[in-house]
Amino acid sequence: MQATTLSDLKVPAPIPTRVSRPFWDAAREGRLCLQKCEACARWVFYPRSHCPHCWSPRLAWHEASGKGVLQSYTAIHRPGHPAWNAVAPYTVAIVALQEGPTMLSLLVDIDQDEMRVRLPLAVRFVRVGDFTLPVFGLDKPLEKLK
Amino acid sequence: MAAIAGIGELKPVRRTQGETTLGMIAESVRLAVEDAGLDKDAIDGLLVGPQVGETPQHVPATVAEYLGMQPRMANVVDLGGASGAGMVWRAAAAISAGMCEAVVCVLANTREEEPLRSPNRNPIREFDVPFGASGANISYALPMQRHMDEYGSRPEDFARIAAWARHNAQFNPMAIFHGQPAGVEEVLASPIIASPLHLYEIVMPVAGGEAVVVVSPERARGLKHTPVYLLGAGEKITHRAISQAPSLTSGPLRAAMAQAMAQAGVTAADMNLLSLYDCYTIMVALTLEDAGLCRPGGFGRWVAEHNLGFDGDYPVNTHGGQLGFGQPDLAGGMTHIVEAVRQLRHSAAGRQIPNARLALVTGNGATVSEATALVLGAD
Repeated sequence: MQATTLSDLKVPAPIPTRVSRPFWDAAREGRLCLQKCEACARWVFYPRSHCPHCWSPRLAWHEASGKGVLQSYTAIHRPGHPAWNAVAPYTVAIVALQEGPTMLSLLVDIDQDEMRVRLPLAVRFVRVGDFTLPVFGLDKPLEKLK
Repeated sequence: MAAIAGIGELKPVRRTQGETTLGMIAESVRLAVEDAGLDKDAIDGLLVGPQVGETPQHVPATVAEYLGMQPRMANVVDLGGASGAGMVWRAAAAISAGMCEAVVCVLANTREEEPLRSPNRNPIREFDVPFGASGANISYALPMQRHMDEYGSRPEDFARIAAWARHNAQFNPMAIFHGQPAGVEEVLASPIIASPLHLYEIVMPVAGGEAVVVVSPERARGLKHTPVYLLGAGEKITHRAISQAPSLTSGPLRAAMAQAMAQAGVTAADMNLLSLYDCYTIMVALTLEDAGLCRPGGFGRWVAEHNLGFDGDYPVNTHGGQLGFGQPDLAGGMTHIVEAVRQLRHSAAGRQIPNARLALVTGNGATVSEATALVLGAD
């Protein structure tokens, strides 16, 4: 990203619902939280009133690992919303979370020529405008920290 | 005609507290399907009402995705207070036509104290748009990149599809790109919009209109033109948001085309015309593979080895496709039907496929998520 940072952007923010608010509250605190169905034990994203797997209304919030695998990615040169022009090109990705569900997010701190499908990713949290969004970077192996 | 096997009803309240329309729909559906004694997976048809202000388009796919359903028939019924009754006979007609077997018809609403000033409260608005993912391009760039990483398909493989569309448009004076052919190099030289998509791989939005008249076969035989018969149809809706796609390299057209062709008793190789929805080059690539004309990942070689012109061995989108003709919004999908009818009537002057008798027509919506396929034929 160049001079304009993500936190400077005046872009459409999420409009939480009562059901989804815990997801956004957790993100603001730097945690990735998802619903898990108490009837069938499967994880759920995006937040809903009923489990999409078994239709039970018994969903509870749990902290997720934050790990995932890159399913695909695209560098956006001409954004659909003009407010994002300030940080174009930026990379949007689909991440398959370790717990099962898939989500769309931003890829950060990965060079374009390093990107390929199936990269291991880990969540981090970035302020975009007035909201904190869960975004993803490379899940670096512990050896690299030595 | 049909039977109603389950009912569900929520207790009315003056005001809801933090409910969503989708949540109310989910509970109503859960009750009705439970009452019918059916499993969630037994429901393969979905009829919903409009959601003005919340979900402007793609309401059936939005509801299906929320409920984790992948119906074979889905529709909005927008008849005010007649919607409920309108849903029931439409469900019966779909079942009689063999399109599905168990349809849930649902209408539900909230009455919140403070309706949000900003409309558009659907999951796409909440979980895609804030990440800078607005507009359709992203939902086609993502499958395209996946295809390249997984199968090694190259930019020129996709560009060749656009080049064929521009070539075929030269034989259609109505096409927006009539007089403007473009080869593979020109397509690849056009700007990258969302990697790996080039501008010329994306339809040009235009204004326009398309309409068809459908009658019984007997009625058609007494009218002006050679009847073009509907021999088979298939439909499938798998998701709404690209992040929820069950696969990035195969779409619901796979199931829709298989059903349409099975009903008609034909295979894709029998077609004289492939009239394939082409909002983006990746759409045609996936459709060729999902139709079984080539193996998964093999479209590039197939396109390179065949002639897709009206006089070729595998005519594809002889009107130029939407990539060559232009995309008049939702009517873009209907251009593929109109061209198929022209070809099967043998009235496609200047681009007539010799001995045209069978056509496969595909329609696609949202994020490779709404699919309908038709097999059309003439005597």
